[in-house]
Amino acid sequence: MALSADESGRLGELLTSRAEVVTQRWTEIIAGQLRGRLSQAELVRQVQELHRALVDALSKGAVDLTAEEATELRAVLAEFSRGQARQGFSATETATGVFALKEALLSVLGTDQDAAMLRDYVSFSALVDQMGLFTFETFVRTRESLIADQAEQLLELSTPVVKLWEGVVAVPLVGTLDSARAQVVMERLLQTLVDTGSPYAIIDITGVPAVDTQVAQHILKTVVAARLMGADCIISGIRPQIAQTIVALGIEFGDIATKASLADALRHVLRLTGVETSRRQSRREA
Amino acid sequence: MERVPILKIGDILLVSIQVDMSDQTAVALQEDLAERIVATGCHGVIIDITALDIVDSFVGRMLSTIASISRVLDAETVVVGMRPAVAITLVELGLSLNGIRTALNVERGMELIAIDRADDHDDPDDDPVPEPTASP
Repeated sequence: MALSADESGRLGELLTSRAEVVTQRWTEIIAGQLRGRLSQAELVRQVQELHRALVDALSKGAVDLTAEEATELRAVLAEFSRGQARQGFSATETATGVFALKEALLSVLGTDQDAAMLRDYVSFSALVDQMGLFTFETFVRTRESLIADQAEQLLELSTPVVKLWEGVVAVPLVGTLDSARAQVVMERLLQTLVDTGSPYAIIDITGVPAVDTQVAQHILKTVVAARLMGADCIISGIRPQIAQTIVALGIEFGDIATKASLADALRHVLRLTGVETSRRQSRREA
Repeated sequence: MERVPILKIGDILLVSIQVDMSDQTAVALQEDLAERIVATGCHGVIIDITALDIVDSFVGRMLSTIASISRVLDAETVVVGMRPAVAITLVELGLSLNGIRTALNVERGMELIAIDRADDHDDPDDDPVPEPTASP
């Protein structure tokens, strides 16, 4: 619902003439629900900025939030909403920050009970509703992009390929293995095999909380791909419960070597490559 | 028609595929390789596919055929240098290149063949070790 040019003008006038009272009341309402999580100075600055942008838009003759004259107002609202999302405020707190304007307006409208006043107030509140919805949308969008960023960072962080010995690399898998992660792990591992020329890879699943048929399928695919390239894979870090699950699900690892711990797997590979390990005599014997 | 060169290094024939394989190229390579194995008496064949971006079922079958031909002529075949992307695609397609041995690079491939030859020579059936006589 759009305001008429008349109403828009009246609202602008009211906001300008009673600026002090409106911003003060507005700030009070927001401060009341934030309970000191934002400094007073910061809050006053935000409210004043919103107030100024709103007055600007109205004085230019904006009748709608989507109007061209309201571009700056939209930018200020978006900025406010992004700030709230980044600082971890809830959606309700952000939206209330805008809706508080209604209450602030009501306090300056006076006590005259005529129909014109009521009509004005209803149209003002329609504009405020629009502003609130816009804020809410921006808030959600900001949150979504934050989540997407974090998911990507997690993907980057959680799949290192480490070199254990000459010609032996290991992938310690931590966390749930879904298709996207399995793909990243596979590509990383295979690329590392090529880069380092390592003929042995150990996939350690100590940190994988659960192994179902799908996870097993991903691991098997990785092993087969590595074999095609001429490298051998060993699966290690199979916990007792996981071993039981694997058998219960009927997952077949075929001729792929599986070991209980990473140490066992490394010893197995070293034996295959012909490296001899022996225990040194303690020097503190005598 | 393009021909794939076959290089002889010691006891090994090295085939480095640098061109897209067509039916004719593949048949020509099989014939050339069979002739060279007989002519040189080599016991190892290394096929380098580092330059191949795409390995489809056709190339896969060609590799299998070459491996079979070589085995009949008593030569071991090793495919080397498969790219990660190629390996992933093959797995997704469900092609496992049965009967083909693989190695990460040419060097590893040569080691693999050398180890095999050594094992063959150490085979007790070929070369029985005389029983040590018990001495007092």
